[in-house]
Amino acid sequence: MPPSSAAIPFAVPSAPLAVSLRAARLVYGGLTLFDGLDLELAGGCFTCLLGPSGIGKTSLLRLLAGLTPPGISGELQGGDGLPLTGRVAYMAQQDLLLPWLNVLDNVTLGSRLRGERQDRERALRLLARVGLADYALARPDALSGGMRQRAALARTLMEDRPVVLMDEPFSGLDALTRLRLQALAAELLAGRTVLLVTHDPLEALRLGEHILIMNGRPATLSTLPDLPGVPPRDPGDPAVQAAYRAILRLLGAA
Amino acid sequence: MRGLWRGLSTLAGLLLVWQLVVMLGELPPYILPGPGAVAVSLWRNAGSLLGHAGVTALEIVLGMLLGTLLGCGSALVLGYSRGARRWLLPVLIASQAVPVFAIAPLLVLWLGYGMGSKIAMAMLIIYFPVTANFYDGLRHTPPGWLDLARVMAPANRRWAVLRHIAIPAALPALASGLRVAAAVAPIGAVLGEWVGSSAGLGYLMLHANSRMQVDLMFAALLVLAALAVGLYFLVDAGLKRLLPWHLPIPETETD
Repeated sequence: MPPSSAAIPFAVPSAPLAVSLRAARLVYGGLTLFDGLDLELAGGCFTCLLGPSGIGKTSLLRLLAGLTPPGISGELQGGDGLPLTGRVAYMAQQDLLLPWLNVLDNVTLGSRLRGERQDRERALRLLARVGLADYALARPDALSGGMRQRAALARTLMEDRPVVLMDEPFSGLDALTRLRLQALAAELLAGRTVLLVTHDPLEALRLGEHILIMNGRPATLSTLPDLPGVPPRDPGDPAVQAAYRAILRLLGAA
Repeated sequence: MRGLWRGLSTLAGLLLVWQLVVMLGELPPYILPGPGAVAVSLWRNAGSLLGHAGVTALEIVLGMLLGTLLGCGSALVLGYSRGARRWLLPVLIASQAVPVFAIAPLLVLWLGYGMGSKIAMAMLIIYFPVTANFYDGLRHTPPGWLDLARVMAPANRRWAVLRHIAIPAALPALASGLRVAAAVAPIGAVLGEWVGSSAGLGYLMLHANSRMQVDLMFAALLVLAALAVGLYFLVDAGLKRLLPWHLPIPETETD
């Protein structure tokens, strides 16, 4: 990790990295979930991938994360033509905090796994930024669900990767905690290439600079017209409400 | 405190039943001595009982330590290398299938009448529960943690993932194995002493038996039981202190 990024805790990667996936194909139990799917993520943009449960969103995200599930294939590369390996951070619906480590050690887990020097000062600054300054030495089981997901967000930021992949990271939280965490994520992840997978249209509308909808069988991707305003958007915004109705029509729910 | 109270009540109840059986069955003391006679024997032979108990306790503790080391090492090799799994798993299962009773005379023949054969017996009897439980824990690391590690670290950092994630995650499973080990290790040690020894509670019991000192036999048995129960609670309390966390409930995959 270059020293300059350690000095500024929320440094935006110098060159935003676009992501391109071509001809993605997933066959699961004889069922073709998608075939010939192309996905482009604009560098430095927050993209939301919205779709109903069971459509293959998580599998697509795992393909991008290099966690290739069985039966899935596709050509994946960064905007610079190089593989994405080592340039991705991953945040799941479960916080995945290790219960035997305190919050600080959880945040620095990546460097420990890679055998690198741990930058505890930067980790502490990140914890302060997500509002967990007083909990650095607490065990995860002493934290509420929202606090645990904040710690997971700090761990994701600590990785300082240009691409951040998030799989419904806020869906297990109560409504108010979710709104706060969405705002925090939008602020702290600005400038990185983010793909957030969700089945909640309002979450996508609140956070996405671009919104992709995954639907049908085999599934296809369609792009929603970009909304006005900068995320995190107010869920009560008329433009958000109108887009919400459009999405529900598109997904066949209204 | 409540547990202690419950334990004491159970003990008192057992002693009462014991005394009743002796009184109502009119059993002679060389068949079943009453609790009183055993208590007297316990008091009179306290010195010799303590000495023999020390020998047995040392055998148990050393057997536990070495068996745990060997078991953990085997589980790690099993968990880490697929090739070793093919070779070691049958050995592991054989170690459990062959009755230790059958090997005890051999061990005495090879390792002599001293402590070595008893330590080996205790080791052998705890090897399977320790290895099987720890290996099981190593195989069932929550998949989400492994996903996280795979995104964070390159594939050649397998040892680091094992050390920082898989081994700590398997510790609760190892703890279950160690609890079983603490309960069965005394069996191994005493079995070894029965087959051939010159000291230890098992030796004392055999010796007393051949001289019809049934009260001393019971006294030795009580000391052994106390030793075994004490070891179990010590191990259990130690593990609870060292591993205050629990594994999360297996997560369901969502899309």
